[in-house]
Amino acid sequence: MKIKNQFAIFIVLMIIWFLINNSFKLEVIAVGFVLSFVIAIIFGKRTDVLNEFKFTPTAFFYTLIYLLVFFWELIKSNIQVALIVLKPSLPINPGIVKTRTILKSKMARMILTNSITLTPGTLTVDIEKDILYIHWINVESLDIDVATEKIVKKFENILVKIYG
Amino acid sequence: MENSIVEIIGAFLVLIGSVFLFLGALGLVRMPDVFNRIQTGTKASTLGTFLTFFGLVFIMPEWWGKLILLIIFILMTNPVSSHVLARAAYCIKVPMFKKTVIDLYGKDAEKLFKKETKNE
Amino acid sequence: MVNKILFIAALIMMLAILLTLYRFFKGTTAADRLVAFDVMTVSSLSLIGLIAKFSDRIIYLDVAMVYGLLSFLGVIIVARYFEKGL
Repeated sequence: MKIKNQFAIFIVLMIIWFLINNSFKLEVIAVGFVLSFVIAIIFGKRTDVLNEFKFTPTAFFYTLIYLLVFFWELIKSNIQVALIVLKPSLPINPGIVKTRTILKSKMARMILTNSITLTPGTLTVDIEKDILYIHWINVESLDIDVATEKIVKKFENILVKIYG
Repeated sequence: MENSIVEIIGAFLVLIGSVFLFLGALGLVRMPDVFNRIQTGTKASTLGTFLTFFGLVFIMPEWWGKLILLIIFILMTNPVSSHVLARAAYCIKVPMFKKTVIDLYGKDAEKLFKKETKNE
Repeated sequence: MVNKILFIAALIMMLAILLTLYRFFKGTTAADRLVAFDVMTVSSLSLIGLIAKFSDRIIYLDVAMVYGLLSFLGVIIVARYFEKGL
């Protein structure tokens, strides 16, 4: 298990190293290899988040769909908030609501909460077991189920298929 | 001076990104309390920076490695910092906007913060 | 053409940074100032990217990366200080 963690971190570090250097000379590869190896040995023991990536074709397919949905939501909600900011009367209706999630794995939860935070209008304030506390700029419903339906479901439906 | 159509598309993407950055800053000035400022400020600036670097990929194709790395870096760190800011603002009891509809976090938050300090 | 559009974009970004500076100095609470600082550094990241394009030096993108890392760390540390003390 420990070796698997370290290997995952090693691969990610090597990819970052090649993106930074953008060259495949022998000395560049050697320095990157040694650095990634040392960092992976030191810090890889307890970092088990990266292990939850899956590399099956279905996971890849749904990741692509997820990225499409995410960028669409990002642009749409950014334009909505921009319109709110530009209106002189500032029509906001803020509040903190509770929602529920059914995801269990750490990676899926991280992706879900980061996506919710990145789409403007919703901001994850805290997470406790399966309750998400979300600051909503324009509260439409106080009920936990309706809020879950409106904020969480559109991302969660796809993430469930990847991470189970 | 002739530019290819790809470069002009990239330049317009950069322009749209800068407009989003400006709107985020405007929201930061106009919004009434901390949480709404976080909402408009950090998110609009995320999309603005994303579009700027994405447009620069069109203009400077040989720089794609570092630009993509910067985009990934911003998409990973910016939500984390806005979440942490919101939690910290709640924790030092910044007053909320007077038209705030509801605050379901209030009762649970005190319990959660107490439990965390006990654990340490 | 491209350079002119990029120059206008850089001007708009500078205007955005000036607006965040207004919030940074006026504040009213410490959290407001921290939010303004965060938005200001993220906006200046893209300005640094444009400067790299104008002067045609890829090394400035490394500056942008380190700048972003340091501002992220700074925001996290100050927020943690608000929450629990150092």
